[in-house]
Amino acid sequence: MTAQLPIQEDFRKKLGKLEALTDKPTHYCQGCEHGELTRLIASAIENLGIREKTVMIDSVGCSVLAFDYFNIDHIQSPHGRAPAIATGLKRVRPDLAVYTVQGDGDTLAIGLLEVMYAAIRGEPISVFLVNNAIYGMTGGQMAPTTLQGQVTTTTPYGRDVGFTGAPVDGSKLISAIDGSAYVKRVSLAISELETPKGKTYSIKNILEAKQTIENAFKVQMMGGFTFVECLSSCWVNWKLPIMEAKRFVNERLVKQYPLGTYKDKFGIEKK
Amino acid sequence: MTERVYMKGNEALAYGALKAKLNAYFAYPITPSTEIPETLAKEFGNPEYPDFKVFLQAASELEAANMVLGAAASGVRAMTATSSPGFSLKQEALSYAAGMELPLLIVNVNRGGPGLGNIAPEQGDYFQMTKGGGHGSYHLIVLAPNSVQEMASFPKIAFDLAFKYRNPACIAGDAFTGQLKEDIIFPRIEPTEYDVSSWAVGDAKGRERHVLNSMNLDPEVHAKHVAHLDEKYKMIQQNEIRYETHLTDDAEIVIAAYGIASRICKSVVNKLRRGGSKIGLFRPITLWPFPYDEVRKLTEHAKRFLVVELNTGQMVEDVRLGAEGRARIDFLGKVGGLLPTEREIEDKIAETTSV
Repeated sequence: MTAQLPIQEDFRKKLGKLEALTDKPTHYCQGCEHGELTRLIASAIENLGIREKTVMIDSVGCSVLAFDYFNIDHIQSPHGRAPAIATGLKRVRPDLAVYTVQGDGDTLAIGLLEVMYAAIRGEPISVFLVNNAIYGMTGGQMAPTTLQGQVTTTTPYGRDVGFTGAPVDGSKLISAIDGSAYVKRVSLAISELETPKGKTYSIKNILEAKQTIENAFKVQMMGGFTFVECLSSCWVNWKLPIMEAKRFVNERLVKQYPLGTYKDKFGIEKK
Repeated sequence: MTERVYMKGNEALAYGALKAKLNAYFAYPITPSTEIPETLAKEFGNPEYPDFKVFLQAASELEAANMVLGAAASGVRAMTATSSPGFSLKQEALSYAAGMELPLLIVNVNRGGPGLGNIAPEQGDYFQMTKGGGHGSYHLIVLAPNSVQEMASFPKIAFDLAFKYRNPACIAGDAFTGQLKEDIIFPRIEPTEYDVSSWAVGDAKGRERHVLNSMNLDPEVHAKHVAHLDEKYKMIQQNEIRYETHLTDDAEIVIAAYGIASRICKSVVNKLRRGGSKIGLFRPITLWPFPYDEVRKLTEHAKRFLVVELNTGQMVEDVRLGAEGRARIDFLGKVGGLLPTEREIEDKIAETTSV
């Protein structure tokens, strides 16, 4: 069993038992933000009261086992095709809420056509992209979002963007498509906070992400294509201690991938 | 209501699907299958087909196939059609659909291959359609029409089989059965209602969640899942074999052919019968499950088989398996869009029987 950081335990207690989650402990590594995202999506589903009318499309990558964790209906997808499956389902059942949780490789490499075309057609679905700048499930290969100079198992001497092309900015790309309605980039990594009383943690990022995820479902129900990019860490494959990996997200990844609202066609954030 | 119509095979297939209450079609154009989506696009919104709710053109064959998968997961009648190079691209989704046990319909209007080949008729995708085609241990249920009439009636049969067994079904046309224009009596099609409540996604109220999944990391669990699929395939093999025989009761020579090739072979059989030859035609209609037993039974009196295909020899392997060495099996194949003439088939029979 993996131990949890005290902050994560507190956070979980605060959120409480969610009907949209099963009782099964996740396989996610200690400190991985997939766990946070799972809880946040479940709590959004529950807050909106749509559990029985929601279907998750399970993609290939670290979220592949999500069918064990969300107490809702699921469809398995081939690598990268989740938005196409979501499209097929949503077109025949527009009354459902449909979402995907996809990694950076799944969304921005093998599945780039599928996500772009779902956005082009303005499919009312929600894509939650976990960008941790690496292929986590397969053990740390270069992702489309790997930074210049970043060491991975397929860029053992550091990524050379002159050779591989530059990191892909998913939020910028999807927001540039006319058909997308709500595009936002958030960080799921908690940050350390120095206070007069000593060191503590800030969950500001997570609260922001929570609101964003709810907004995404709301915009989906208003008929818009929604895309939430969640910057996350992968300390195992980055080969960094957990808190250093989280710091890397909030100090380095955010420079390449600035946080914020890239598109809000329906003005959901003002409502 | 039956009506007399003159139409292309691809059009007949589209109307056959509509009359079988097609709900959703996901399109990607490819010659020589394109009249299917074109016909459906034209009929989309026609109040005569109130169940036809979704027509969507995808950005790729992969996307179209996965859209079908997503729609099928909700329990509706969903389909797509393609032709050989496109059929290769569909294999990924078909393997997943078989693994998840999703009923759907895929039509492959077989053209020349390998690679881009050409747009002329071939039967070179026989192996790909009947032996799985994608990764893993699975089968499609494959029906091979040989006329415009059957192009019209097979979609309903294919949907029935797909839903009965929760497995993708495939209609194996070729550029002839697709492009051929024939005068037909449009069949009366009574659509079946399917009960999908035990597995379809979308309405979780008052029930356990439905998980459509093809993955089990635990080897024991996955082995059980694949064994379950295999049991299902055995049941299909037992219950769903379809074939046509023509003058085979006393035949000493049997021509085996499917699809358009069987039409030419039938003429040859009729002609040679008039000349006194004890010859018959065996035409598999389900290419999978293949009628192995029927081939074996034919070998009780037929000691020579000629397999005629529009490829370099694919179904001939199944005929050999069925014959279990009890008959001599010869082969005549044509590729690239060429058809064997009656004369060529007769010559081949003369050549092999004189040996």
